[in-house]
Amino acid sequence: MTASGRTTPWLLSAPALALFAALLLTPLAMTFLLSFNSFSFYGGIENTFGPENYIEVLSDLYFYEIFGRTFLIAFITTAICAVLGLPEAYILFRMKPAWRSFMLLVVLGPLLISVVVRTLGWAILLGNKGVINEFLRDIGLITSPIRMMYTSTGIVVALVHVMIPFMILAVWAALQRQDPATERAAESLGAAPLTVFMRIVLPQAMPGVLSGSLIVFSLSASAFATPAVLGGRRIKVVSTTVYDEFLNTLNWPLGAAIAMLLLVSVLTIMIAWNKLVERRYSGVFE
Amino acid sequence: MNRNGLFALCFNALFALFMMGPLIVVIGVSFTPTGYLEFPPSAISFRWFRAILDNPDFIDAAWISLELGLASASLSTVLAVPAALAIGRERFRGRDALQALFLSPLTVPTVVLGVAFLRFLSLFDINGTFVGLVLCHAVIVTPFVLRLVLASVTGVDRSIEMAATSLGASHWTVFRRVTLPLILPGVVGGWVLAFITSFDELTVTVFIVNPSTTTLPVRLFSHITQTTDPLVASISTMVILLTVLLMLAVNRLYGLDRLLIGGEAR
Repeated sequence: MTASGRTTPWLLSAPALALFAALLLTPLAMTFLLSFNSFSFYGGIENTFGPENYIEVLSDLYFYEIFGRTFLIAFITTAICAVLGLPEAYILFRMKPAWRSFMLLVVLGPLLISVVVRTLGWAILLGNKGVINEFLRDIGLITSPIRMMYTSTGIVVALVHVMIPFMILAVWAALQRQDPATERAAESLGAAPLTVFMRIVLPQAMPGVLSGSLIVFSLSASAFATPAVLGGRRIKVVSTTVYDEFLNTLNWPLGAAIAMLLLVSVLTIMIAWNKLVERRYSGVFE
Repeated sequence: MNRNGLFALCFNALFALFMMGPLIVVIGVSFTPTGYLEFPPSAISFRWFRAILDNPDFIDAAWISLELGLASASLSTVLAVPAALAIGRERFRGRDALQALFLSPLTVPTVVLGVAFLRFLSLFDINGTFVGLVLCHAVIVTPFVLRLVLASVTGVDRSIEMAATSLGASHWTVFRRVTLPLILPGVVGGWVLAFITSFDELTVTVFIVNPSTTTLPVRLFSHITQTTDPLVASISTMVILLTVLLMLAVNRLYGLDRLLIGGEAR
């Protein structure tokens, strides 16, 4: 690979590049253009070009509510994932190898199981006549069922279940990069376990928590199956709104505009978050 | 070196229950002899597993998902392996941009990908076709294959390849007899992860299927949004069983944490 050194990598990448140019870049560009077209109930998509769809979305409080709800759900889900995922990853990290590989299967395995199946599980658990409500009624804690289906709370609980393996993986990767000698040094100098965790482990695991938060937030903000099943028609989020515009109302241009706004806001938040993290940890990664 | 205290072990047990709870409930419900969702089941019955056989639309959907997973995972592996060889071991202008592009389906919200594919395929009048599904799924699963193959490519000792070349092996022979066997765990791991991702994909697929190419997750989803009965539970139990078998196999072969992190750990 000397004479052809310059073209070889491009030749090797060409097939994949062709697929991505045709089936990723082109469709995204076409959707962007579609969002400027207009739609009429009788004529369908019309080949006009203007910002009407964006004006419609940005001037309607209904859409603000949906975007606000979506990002609030994503934010709370991320916070819970961080608070629960960090200690769990640390506990896994300290386990004996045999136990650990079993527990990793239990904790990370659900990641590979269909989101539809996991959401079905939550629908069975959270319903008014669901497993949790029946159990609480049987032990006499409640008389009337607590409403968890078709609420934002129910969506958050199920989303935490879907997303927390990503947080654990990110923290896990960070913990594996740390030098175990630092913990032992702190212990040998007489630090209490909590002090070791707060002063030694936490700072080293933090980059993992931050990168995990980024993944969890962006996936939660665009989650579809969980809010669609557990939120139903009542609790709409951005992705279910886009789905309705495209497949029920058939107003594709408006749906495309909402999708583009979701893409832009998720990317903006991700870039801002990355900048923030880089500035905070600029010294650590050098 | 288990240095976890009692509190930590209790936390871990509760956490495991939280992770397993929804799956246990789905499996439990599927064994009910009654016609409604009942947990724990009052008796063990295979009634709802036999009922799957009376629902050919679910069986057809399962076959389509299986074929789609096999086709898109294989296509993306064939494309991603050479791309990973280029990105992993060559230094060239545009390399970072190329890698970012191939990983970008992980960053773009899936619902945006879904509508983009729908718009593209319907303009060419191939929306709902199996070929359209395979191409779109290949895009979605390529990042998973690329990450794992990249991780194994960077671990390859190039002097072995040079030795083969100096002994007169052609480029193709070097790849087939030396490089490929060395990166095979990454390639197989990536293929399995791609297959599972495609087999389970809902958000994109729901936009681009028609009634004759409906996949299993889409069929399950549209059934669940209307009604939850023990039938969807028994089908879901079969999905869980299939996934767990694949997972155990790949855990043996590659290590689940390494597979999911993308090969960097360990």
